[in-house]
Amino acid sequence: MNKLENLKQLLAGKFKIENFKFIHAVGDDVLEVPKEDVPNLLMFLKESGQFDFLMDICGADYPTRDKRFDVVYNLFSSKDSSRLRIKAQVGEGESIGTALNAWRGADWFEREAYDMFGIVFDGHPNLRRILTHHQFVGHPLRKDYEADLQQPCTNSLPIHFNNEPGSPGDVLNDKYVPLNIGPAHTAMHGTLRVMAEMDGETIVRCNNEIGYLHRCFEKMAETHPYNQVIPYTDRLNYCSAPMNNIGYCKAVERLLGVEIPPKAQAMRIILAELSRVIDHTIAIGTGAMDLGALTSFFYMFGLREQVYGLFEKLCGARLTVSMTRVGGMAQDAPEGWFDEVLALCKELRRGTDEMAGMVVDNKIFIQRTRGICPVSAQDAIQWGYTGPMLRASGVNLDLRKATPYYGYDQLDFDVPVGTSGDIYDRYLVRFEEMRQSVRIIEQVCKNVPAGDYTIRDKGIVLPEKKDVYGNIEGLMNHFMLVIKGLRPPVGEVYDATEVANGELGFYLVSDGSANPYRLKVRPPCFAIYQSFPTVVKGAMLADAIATVASMNLIAGELDR
Amino acid sequence: MHNDQVQGSANALGTQAADDMSRDIAFTSKLDHIVAWGRKNSLWPMPYGTACCGIEFMSVMGPKYDLARFGAEVARFSPRQADLLVVAGTITEKMAPVITRIYQQMLEPKYVIAMGACASSGGFYRAYHVLQGVDKVIPVDVYIPGCPPTPEAVMDGIMALQKMIADHTPRPWKDNWKSPYEQA
Repeated sequence: MNKLENLKQLLAGKFKIENFKFIHAVGDDVLEVPKEDVPNLLMFLKESGQFDFLMDICGADYPTRDKRFDVVYNLFSSKDSSRLRIKAQVGEGESIGTALNAWRGADWFEREAYDMFGIVFDGHPNLRRILTHHQFVGHPLRKDYEADLQQPCTNSLPIHFNNEPGSPGDVLNDKYVPLNIGPAHTAMHGTLRVMAEMDGETIVRCNNEIGYLHRCFEKMAETHPYNQVIPYTDRLNYCSAPMNNIGYCKAVERLLGVEIPPKAQAMRIILAELSRVIDHTIAIGTGAMDLGALTSFFYMFGLREQVYGLFEKLCGARLTVSMTRVGGMAQDAPEGWFDEVLALCKELRRGTDEMAGMVVDNKIFIQRTRGICPVSAQDAIQWGYTGPMLRASGVNLDLRKATPYYGYDQLDFDVPVGTSGDIYDRYLVRFEEMRQSVRIIEQVCKNVPAGDYTIRDKGIVLPEKKDVYGNIEGLMNHFMLVIKGLRPPVGEVYDATEVANGELGFYLVSDGSANPYRLKVRPPCFAIYQSFPTVVKGAMLADAIATVASMNLIAGELDR
Repeated sequence: MHNDQVQGSANALGTQAADDMSRDIAFTSKLDHIVAWGRKNSLWPMPYGTACCGIEFMSVMGPKYDLARFGAEVARFSPRQADLLVVAGTITEKMAPVITRIYQQMLEPKYVIAMGACASSGGFYRAYHVLQGVDKVIPVDVYIPGCPPTPEAVMDGIMALQKMIADHTPRPWKDNWKSPYEQA
């Protein structure tokens, strides 16, 4: 409450705060303001040093309301780790001022809100569709759009560029060679498209197109019960699927107001850190492969397979594990599993060092990456970078330290921070994070708390199979929960966890029914990738490839 | 006269011995079979990994499962150099024209494997931007179930395709295929 009171005093006199609503709900600070005040308010909050990160902008649709849409801004302060959610109502056919003047990172988030809801942002230079294809008609996340109404696409757009102020838009310059890379290109990970104008080997102008893997996650979440959304979250960042499960379940649990038992917390930490390690192995292995070093890929996959083995033992699946449930875990770990994890830690440590020797100590790799396309700390914050990319730029921000959850504050680990923000630093940070993750896993595995792996609230968690088949009460509870569904109270929450790529946020709105009313994902690499055209401008083409690789773009969470 | 002499000398050497020798080093077959044998054991896949299945396909190529044992380790990222298109991952409406063009650029003979639920049928994405199976735009020879399929299932799929090639299984879906984007 304190922060809100301070904010109230700060804003008094500068804004008409009698029109503002200061709300503290489900642990979040919320500020509801008229839409006219939004651009100035954002600018003020940033300039006065209250909040330095704009984490997310999204829309929400309430068709029965007078003013149909909510535009929601999620702010974060790295100083005191506080968050603020600003909401403004916008009617159909109305527009709201852009946040681009305050944060450059607002660019793609606003485009997405336009694409999904048709909310118009005044002053946005390039308000085009971003996730759906260019022939798409309508705005799919509006409540009156059918979830399975497909619209075929018959062709791809020719090479085009952003209409930035001062640049001639889609007009190609005769002096330069237009070059299209992807989406079917090795270095573009199957789903990214980069268009560039080349002066020899130098990139004069560049644009990136996404949406080739837009699988409508948010619409799917609105049409499925809470627990059935978990498999969809697996497929956001599929390189580290358990972390998405955890992030989502944590958001729902906060809305429900339940705390999971210590054993479930420990298991989630172990799963999360194992995932962080294998996510980084993919980032590093394929990153090196994009630079021509194939060998590290094979070493990396050897490591990855060993971790897959542990996942398989735990739940039967290798990649998309869906191991968490709202309220805890799906099942207990098998006998001796924690010891096997401990034994694997040695192997992971050895493997990490071996890979580090091959990659970051490699002369060619160093020459390809050191000092290439650096991003300063200031720019990184402007764009909304989080995770290893931000830390490589020298900003010490890790949600596991800043807003600890699941007892991360009890664990002894360090947060590696880079200095120059170049590509080389990003890999150094990732390697060190792998080592730190192993440290965390060892500490947790050595004293796993006893007790249950899930809460036993019969309105939230299904009874165990033996009770369902064995006694009438279990059967009834099972029946009731399946038929009625898990129903969080009316309300909304924004919850974030530190995943391998940065801050993974879930903005969840519940209307008291069995399906989420709105679920917005704040994917870390979405914010990062929007900076790509600016970062590689003036660089060599080969450096652009190295930059894409170092950003660790996972299309599943980028396009959702 | 001369021929008789040669015949005679061959007889003198012994036809039996010559026959035995040739059996050790040669066998008889039809040309078709030899070609099919070569084709099935040297599939060059183009991994079209768009999503989660792409990561599992990397596992198949990786050290533990090692697709090289089936002669298919030479991953080519140019459709011109590949004869097996492995669609590993969800194909969206936006991607559909791209993958059709990639398929058209491949040279004959060419085969397509749809790896996983999404590529086969859209999977659990019954959604506004997801193509409900890649066979809506290109002809598929083998479907591999799973979300994602285990590497063993992928190998099973590749072996099924190898058998199709060896047996000269008719492929009407491919022979009658026309690009959905070309106006007749």
